[in-house]
Amino acid sequence: MKNLHPVIKIKSFATGKSVKISEKTLEKTQMATEFFSDIGNMAIFIKEIFKETFSRDFEFKEFLRQCYEIGNKSLPLIAITGAIMGVVLTIQSRPALEDFGAVTMLPGMVAISIIREIGPVITALILAGKIGSGMGAELGSMKVSEQIDAMEVSATNPMRYLVVTRVLAATFMVPILVLFADGLGLFGSWVGVNIKGDVSIVLFLSQAFSSVEFIDFFPALVKSFFFGSVIGIVGCYKGYNAGRGTESVGVAANSAVVLSSLLVIVVDLIAVQITDMIL
Amino acid sequence: MKNLQKEPVPTISMEEKPGRKMIEIIGLKKGFNNQEVLKDISLQLFSGENLVVLGKSGSGKSVLIQCIIRLLVPDAGSIEVLGKDVNSLNRYELDELRKKIGFLFQSGALYDSMTVKQNLEFPLRRIRKHLTEKEIKEKVNEVLENVGLADALDKMPSQLSGGMRKRISLARTIVIDPSIMLYDEPTTGLDPVTSDEISALINEVQKKYKTSSIIITHDIECAKATADRIMMLQDGEVYLEGNINDFENSTDPIIKSFFK
Ligand SMILES: Nc1ncnc2c1ncn2[C@@H]1O[C@H](COP(=O)(O)OP(=O)(O)OP(=O)(O)O)[C@@H](O)[C@H]1O
Ligand SMILES: [Mg+2]
Repeated sequence: MKNLHPVIKIKSFATGKSVKISEKTLEKTQMATEFFSDIGNMAIFIKEIFKETFSRDFEFKEFLRQCYEIGNKSLPLIAITGAIMGVVLTIQSRPALEDFGAVTMLPGMVAISIIREIGPVITALILAGKIGSGMGAELGSMKVSEQIDAMEVSATNPMRYLVVTRVLAATFMVPILVLFADGLGLFGSWVGVNIKGDVSIVLFLSQAFSSVEFIDFFPALVKSFFFGSVIGIVGCYKGYNAGRGTESVGVAANSAVVLSSLLVIVVDLIAVQITDMIL
Repeated sequence: MKNLQKEPVPTISMEEKPGRKMIEIIGLKKGFNNQEVLKDISLQLFSGENLVVLGKSGSGKSVLIQCIIRLLVPDAGSIEVLGKDVNSLNRYELDELRKKIGFLFQSGALYDSMTVKQNLEFPLRRIRKHLTEKEIKEKVNEVLENVGLADALDKMPSQLSGGMRKRISLARTIVIDPSIMLYDEPTTGLDPVTSDEISALINEVQKKYKTSSIIITHDIECAKATADRIMMLQDGEVYLEGNINDFENSTDPIIKSFFK
């Protein structure tokens, strides 16, 4: 058989004999090692964040500024996505319900999907792209240009000033933005219903909320908090631990988006399991 | 031509006896991965003096002063700053010590997201917490005038030229009245005229605020203009230490290549 990958000889730790492995294997091993050390370092990072969050001098002003930044910057994006999501979901669901002659169920069904799942997850994914990459790039470039060191020598704990404020701001703002997206999603859905029918907003809402209960809101809200902290932590971690060259800023921003999007989905999976078990 | 050679500084701060050790480093060692950068460095900085550290690019000069302020932790050796062992301090004690040290970064390290004014206020508000708004304003204006950029107050760092950035970061460093200054290549990348101005500023700071300074550079003109004492690093060790005459009259090829 043809040898596809170049082979390298290395000395085995255990036996001292030299063994042959392909370059590809070696690369995979390195990737795995990096992945696991990344997780380990992130655990230490989270521990550090907790420690600094409950320290005496909380940077309240900076925290408010970050909340404002996150909210202000993402609001239009979230609004448009939320509304379109509602319209599309309604149009797509209509034929299926029509087959059963259950078009009156349309608002309720769409409301449940938006509030339980689509609202939080789509919002979180968009924010992972928007604020995750923003934090990765901002902290990354601060790291590369020694601004974080400059804070450090100004007797300011950058972990407290930069990281804790951002993580908490993301944790608080993401659920708020999710609620906002839910609201606009419902509005979009009302518009969607009215494309082929004539339903007043009052009737629409009463139809929608006849199927939605508190039990639908609560888990979604809790998981949005987790989405927010995941986005904040990953964005800050990647930026704060950027390498020394300018290219590492791009790497930090990019990997922040990839990892936080992935983790949002994973957290969602876990959250669904837990909700399912409890309720 | 203007003689850049520095006149000796006659008086040193009243309460600080001349000869008091501000910084003492013994047997400092620092490496990264497999690369040994500093092998065995010992140095002392005395009260009121300007110590110039020379060395070619990559010889570990920046690493040396980053160890002094514990941005990097050395592999071995002891560093005492103002009588305190830097590496055994806790976070609070370290912050207290750092409040007395000014650090001029090689890259300037101005905060991109803040205006010049906010950049200067940042260390003031965090280190001199008791100052009133009026005092902060006065202090900011004073240092900006010292560096000759009083009108740059509301500019963003991205709107400044390289030389202006250097001067603003110098202003941000001296705004807290540090008793020790660490300059990392204050004149690199600047034209000769601006370099001379920065060198003059360094001497002014020394006189006006009675600071003791370590000046890292490979700019000989700056070294001549500011040094009370010079030290040269080579291969991670101290190659020669002395005053400017010792260096200029040296027949050693490595030193001659610097001072040609
Ligand atoms: N944080 C770090 N991680 C890994 N290597 C580093 C780090 N800091 C410095 N080095 C390495 O240490 C060596 C000395 O770097 P340093 O920045 O001290 O040089 P320098 O004398 O200041 O040079 P220059 O005059 O160009 O500024 C370089 O080879 C550099 O790659
Ligand atoms: Mg350097």
